[in-house]
Amino acid sequence: MATKRKATAAQKGKDARAKVVIDQITDVAGSLHGTIGKRGSPRLDFPSRTLANVVYDEKQGYFEIGKQKVERALTYNTVKTFAQTLRFMALSKEMIERNDFATKRDAYYQSKNWGEAKFDEQPESDAVMDDVEALFSTYDVSREDLRFHPEEHGGAVAGQLVVLDADSETGETIEIDCTRFGSGSYTIPHSVEGLGFRTDARFILAIETGGIFERLNYHKYWQKANCILVELGGVPTRATRRFIRRLSEHRGKPFIPVYAFTDCDPYAFANIYRTLKVGSGNAAHISRFFCVPQATFLGVTPQDILDHKLMDATHKLLEVDIKRAKDALKNDPFFQMQPKWQKAVRQQMAMGVRAEQQAFAKWDLNYVMDKYLPAKLKNPKSFLP
Amino acid sequence: MIRKGKYATAEEMAAAQREISVAEFFAKNRHLLGFDNPAKAVLTTVREAVDNSLDACEEAGILPEIHVEIRNVAARKEGQQLLLEGANGNKKQRGFGGADRLIVSVQDNGPGIVKEQIPKIFGKLLYGSKFHRLRMSRGQQGIGISAAALYSQLTTGQQATITSRTGGRAKPHRFRVGIDLAKNAPEARDAEIGEKEEVAQGTKVVLEIEGRYQKHGKSVDEYLKETAVANPHSKIVFKDPDGNETVHERASKELPPPAKEIKPHPYGVELGVLINMMRDTGSRTVKGFLQTDFSRVSPDKAAQILKHAGISEGYHPKTIARDQADRLYEGIQQTRLMAPPTDCLAPIGEAQLVAGLKKEFDAEFYTSTTRPPDVYRGNPFQIEAALAFGGKLPAEEPAQVLRFANRVPLLYQAGACAISKAVVGTSWRNYNLQQPKGSPPIGPLVLVVHMASVWVPFTSEAKEAIASYDEILKEIKLALQECGRRVGTHVNKSRRAADEARKRGYIDMYLPHIGIALQQILKLSDAERNKTCTDLKAILEKTRKAD
Repeated sequence: MATKRKATAAQKGKDARAKVVIDQITDVAGSLHGTIGKRGSPRLDFPSRTLANVVYDEKQGYFEIGKQKVERALTYNTVKTFAQTLRFMALSKEMIERNDFATKRDAYYQSKNWGEAKFDEQPESDAVMDDVEALFSTYDVSREDLRFHPEEHGGAVAGQLVVLDADSETGETIEIDCTRFGSGSYTIPHSVEGLGFRTDARFILAIETGGIFERLNYHKYWQKANCILVELGGVPTRATRRFIRRLSEHRGKPFIPVYAFTDCDPYAFANIYRTLKVGSGNAAHISRFFCVPQATFLGVTPQDILDHKLMDATHKLLEVDIKRAKDALKNDPFFQMQPKWQKAVRQQMAMGVRAEQQAFAKWDLNYVMDKYLPAKLKNPKSFLP
Repeated sequence: MIRKGKYATAEEMAAAQREISVAEFFAKNRHLLGFDNPAKAVLTTVREAVDNSLDACEEAGILPEIHVEIRNVAARKEGQQLLLEGANGNKKQRGFGGADRLIVSVQDNGPGIVKEQIPKIFGKLLYGSKFHRLRMSRGQQGIGISAAALYSQLTTGQQATITSRTGGRAKPHRFRVGIDLAKNAPEARDAEIGEKEEVAQGTKVVLEIEGRYQKHGKSVDEYLKETAVANPHSKIVFKDPDGNETVHERASKELPPPAKEIKPHPYGVELGVLINMMRDTGSRTVKGFLQTDFSRVSPDKAAQILKHAGISEGYHPKTIARDQADRLYEGIQQTRLMAPPTDCLAPIGEAQLVAGLKKEFDAEFYTSTTRPPDVYRGNPFQIEAALAFGGKLPAEEPAQVLRFANRVPLLYQAGACAISKAVVGTSWRNYNLQQPKGSPPIGPLVLVVHMASVWVPFTSEAKEAIASYDEILKEIKLALQECGRRVGTHVNKSRRAADEARKRGYIDMYLPHIGIALQQILKLSDAERNKTCTDLKAILEKTRKAD
């Protein structure tokens, strides 16, 4: 690298983080190496990812992994995965040093250099990468820290926010003003670890549909309400959840409130909102990074349908919706611990209808901005948890 | 006689009746005798000749060596027409259509045949068989070479040619043998032997028949191969119409012991046979008849039987009336008798079966078991099973099942045979083999089951499938299960050995990569990395052994 790197705040943050991760990788490898040298029994410790070891902590607000560990010792049965795990670690370290990243597919192809230890198919590679992620989760190092980026980017962002990124070559800070995208928006990148933020916004509005996001963005609602708009685009990806989490907390306490605004149906509650809020049950060991426990649910609630007289703009609940609602009430630990949510879901089942967030257009195209949101925002404490 | 009314009178019916001629019987019962289609005709002919040769050699204490040859020949229409039209006025049998003319020749190194024996050999056809003496023999199954000779004569008009020499110093003889259709009697005529022709000790039978030679499926090749498995003491050479020669070498120098005759056991005779026996017996009292003509009947037991039947001991057997015979039959069933002797049975033997299998099949594991003798309906029998597994046998196909009765392969009617039922009814999954429901196991497997008995029960006159008596099924299953256990152990062992090899392979394949990765992360030198690999190998060897 011929150009001199400017030591900027964002870059300093990134460098510090990088060092932490490299140290961690070296630690794990070094410990293994030491054990091998003593002809002891080399092993790697993984958090136990079974349901028995998953706890939903109300205070924390997300699925937490318990303390149970799975010890994987080195035997002829595990020698192949051991080799591949270590190879991934080496790859990770190299990427950090070169300031690069790899997608899942990239990692799979890299393995073709590993002789017999290479992966034959993508799923094998993904499985070992999951293991590496689990391994390092106990050290608070995320997959993105290890420079293994997901294939999906995050959603769209617009509003009162400046994102601070670093130039990948020079290290110079790049300031991205999210008010200046016109009718377009900023796209959350695959990995949000190195980003910085600058904002005075009062809240973050996490929106399910592109339609509402576009309307609010176009009419610069974020200016009127002094907020940041984030489009979830269905079930929010890791990147999106991480972005919102980091954005909300970057100022320290009190965190910037996060309000979710979705359709009124069981899928929106149990899949979209729930994933945003507490992560997913079978990836509990990484949930604490990838969810937003402080999020609350602004709407659309079944009560809103009644309050805003949307009954004639609704559709009947389908078999699959009812099944999903029942399943959530019965089996989902999050819903099981939330009486207010249970009441709301039951209310919807009783009403037998669902409503989209775009149904407000019945009254006026901009009813949602002019009447609905302001009314709801007068009383954030009434939002569902 | 021309019929007067619509219905015939007894006299008219009598006039229409006549003795059924041999040729007619043959024509109407071809399928019973094994000549129902051209391919089977060839097989039956070969079988009869080979069975005779094996029997003859064994009786004379000679290790058999048999040469079978089949040649294609052009039709000889003239001679054919001539012979048949001359006899009885019967028209020539219609040919099969699509069949060839073949010359089948079978030569053995046996004791040879003297002239006086010929009628016996050819006269057995349609001759009332005497059931009164029981022997474990191949001959029980076939109808005899006479049927083949008759078939040959009917389809080609040619007579059988038999060349024989009874010893190195005896003169060789050649005979032409046929059946006088008019007299329904066998006839033998001398024929010439060329001066330069060399004749070794033994017998050579040559028959010209209408038939078709096929190489696959139920073929002469398959038959001879299976015969070689069940008779490893014999050497069989086969030359097919294309001139290709297959040699089944001898695998054992042990001759089976000569078949011992036993008298029938009372439980085994049916009422009709009992009546015949009484008619033919040499005893003058019915008590004597029971003691002498049967096995396992002591004077005490004979007395008991007669007491149960309510017949006085001094009765002459030939005067026994029908209802008395009935009571006698009942009396026998009611009396407890000792099981029949079993020393009349000569199983093939475990070592012999394995030798036979090894000769004919290229596998990696062989085993065999001989069950102790048992009895069904008064008849002693003994089951043997053998098995070949792995090696070059096809792995994805159902097991091949070779069935034998008294050392003769059974090729037809597998579905009806007790052996097949026992194979399907055995749970091969217990022995680490795949088996779909209601089927034989799938895998690289050849199963052999042999039933030796003084009287093998067949499901039909065709004598191709063994009847499923409970005792027989049970014995076959026990024998198969024993073999199954052994092959199951073998499969386990080889799987474990394969696992071992794979484990060792893993260590060598993946170990270096651990070393490379650690070297990259920790910036080790090459020497340090190599040491790490050595340490790793030692650690892994320890864990491998620990299993």
